[in-house]
Amino acid sequence: MTEILPFLKELISAPGISGYESGVRPLIEKAWEPITDKLSVSRLGNLYGFQAGTAPEPRPSILVAAHMDAIGLMVNAIIDGFLRITTVGGIDVRVLPGQMVIVHGRQDLPGMIVPTPARLLPSSVQDIAVQLDYLLVDVGLPPQDVAALVRIGDPITFAQPPIETAGETLVGHTLDDRAAVAALTYCLEMLHNRPHIWDVWAVATVQEEITYGGGLTSAFQLHPSLAVSIDVTFANSPGSPSHLSFPLGKGITLEWGPNTHPILYKALKELAERLEIPFSLEPIPVASGTDTYAMQVVAEGIPNIVIGIPLRYMHTPAEMVAIKDIARAGRLATEFISQLDEKFMEQLIWED
Amino acid sequence: MLKVNEISLPPIGDEQVKLLERLSNACAVSGDEGEVRKIVMEEIRPHADEVKVDALGNVLATRGGSGERPLRVMLAAHMDEVGLMITSDEGEGIYRFESVGGTSATDLSGKVMWVGKEHIPGVIGLKPIHLLDPAESKRQFTIDSLRLDIGPATGRVKIGDRAAFATTFIQQGPSLRGKALDNRLGVATLIELVKHASPHIELQAAFTVQEEIGLRGARVAAFSFNPDMAIILDSTPAYDLPTWDIDENVRYNTRLGAGPAIYVADSGTLYDPRLVRYMVEIAEGHGIPYQIRQPGGGGTDAGSIHKQRVGVPSISVSVPGRYHHSPAAIVRLSDWQHTMDLVATALFLLTSEVLADER
Repeated sequence: MTEILPFLKELISAPGISGYESGVRPLIEKAWEPITDKLSVSRLGNLYGFQAGTAPEPRPSILVAAHMDAIGLMVNAIIDGFLRITTVGGIDVRVLPGQMVIVHGRQDLPGMIVPTPARLLPSSVQDIAVQLDYLLVDVGLPPQDVAALVRIGDPITFAQPPIETAGETLVGHTLDDRAAVAALTYCLEMLHNRPHIWDVWAVATVQEEITYGGGLTSAFQLHPSLAVSIDVTFANSPGSPSHLSFPLGKGITLEWGPNTHPILYKALKELAERLEIPFSLEPIPVASGTDTYAMQVVAEGIPNIVIGIPLRYMHTPAEMVAIKDIARAGRLATEFISQLDEKFMEQLIWED
Repeated sequence: MLKVNEISLPPIGDEQVKLLERLSNACAVSGDEGEVRKIVMEEIRPHADEVKVDALGNVLATRGGSGERPLRVMLAAHMDEVGLMITSDEGEGIYRFESVGGTSATDLSGKVMWVGKEHIPGVIGLKPIHLLDPAESKRQFTIDSLRLDIGPATGRVKIGDRAAFATTFIQQGPSLRGKALDNRLGVATLIELVKHASPHIELQAAFTVQEEIGLRGARVAAFSFNPDMAIILDSTPAYDLPTWDIDENVRYNTRLGAGPAIYVADSGTLYDPRLVRYMVEIAEGHGIPYQIRQPGGGGTDAGSIHKQRVGVPSISVSVPGRYHHSPAAIVRLSDWQHTMDLVATALFLLTSEVLADER
């Protein structure tokens, strides 16, 4: 059995900003290879892991998605050996000065994001928050070396190393959504040793942070009867509104709203209650910012739900997650899949 | 004048870089310099004639010179670094803090810190971008609005603990990157100078405390030593980055790769012109690259040393470094070597002649 903590530390140490997931995918393939019946990679780079069910064909199938892409940065200009950058995914620019990064040029270069010194800025921006236009990356090399090794468009990933913190928590970048990849892997491992009637498609999706391209195309290609995505959600933390966030390490969430099929919600809720897995209802009044949002409207439409793992400081290089919550998400998905029977789809009716 | 090959210059090789790495990874926020002091004591004790730790925590070491009344030359390098102090426990592993010595809210936001003597990791987390309103994202952070989070557990961090940036030292091509290179570079340089002391002078090495919060250690160290002159070893900012409009940068202070920075004037000291001239002559005479730090702003322990007792002729020499007081600085190995060469050569050839004329 793969331990969640060391596997997750390995996962978040691998690069893979949206559109460039090939750095992390081999690690997931390696973990899934012994616990799936077949593995494949899609045209956009999604990783599909298949576990056959035991019902006679045609069997119903469930897709469980966790996105493997990460937010990050990209080189958009080179000036005297310094790199100007743009963001890939939603990043509060104010977190960037002083962050360590890896520039993925002709070779990987350790760099540091630095603000243009105040004395070299126009007076109009002296007293406002730092702006992306005035941030640079310094890789510590002379300009001619930088010119030889770095090109415009090279991806840049965060280099904050994983740090184990108190209360069985982990701090690092890209826990959104590698924490869910770890949960999904945990689920596949448990399912591997248990009979399940349904076919299972585990999908490590690409490009969730930008285009939902991985979610859309995988749901179309695999055409599952049901889809579940595991993603991170906001954990209570200093400064965050308490009505939009959930306690860290105290349980998972189940999204509720227009992207959730209400009967699917009810089934997971009742199962979590029966298994005494702590959870909260997470109200999402309009749009779930997860692969589920995309997968729901694929082809003729797919019944969906999101299992949420609370995470502090989302989209910063120092996110924090509780290992227990990851295990809970994996366990609920496992138990749900293993109790799915041939008649489950018939229950998915609108009780109007 | 002696030729450079007749002087045994302290080398900077793997051993010295390893020592700098240990010093950089150690935490010594102003007022809590013990971790660095321990390394300094370990390194210099076998080489110094006398070593003591004074009332403020400065390490004061002497290594004698020959002759009847050798020139007493104080060399000072501060051991402390910027950081923060935990000021309030809000429960569940969340703490408030205050800045020590000029860490800004911008430097701290979203960073991992090492807290206390055990380097317990904690993160200064930010509200997720998804939950920010547009006006909020344009506001600068204040220290008041930030919290340190060690994870949901209690008891491991105490009010009053110091915290420093959790940055691990690395070498990258011709550069070194690490936290607190202001002023572990000076500390490492001074350790080597104690090990390879000039035989002609009485070396008075002061590894000082509390520089970042008002040059307080150096003040009492200079009183104790009562030196004839002082050389302060520090690291000064290099602002040699592109300007916002890619215009010529004429406010660079110093530049990486241009050699040791010799001070003429900063916000605390008008340096002794005889010593400025002497340093420049040594550099030019021995083919050591150097630069004159652009006058104004900033400062070193010289600010309190030169006004001690009846006055101490002083000069500061710095290794240029980018991004001081942030999670890491970037410096060039060659600048460090040339700084060592310059100061070691200057000390070897130094006589009271340099101060013979009136200022």
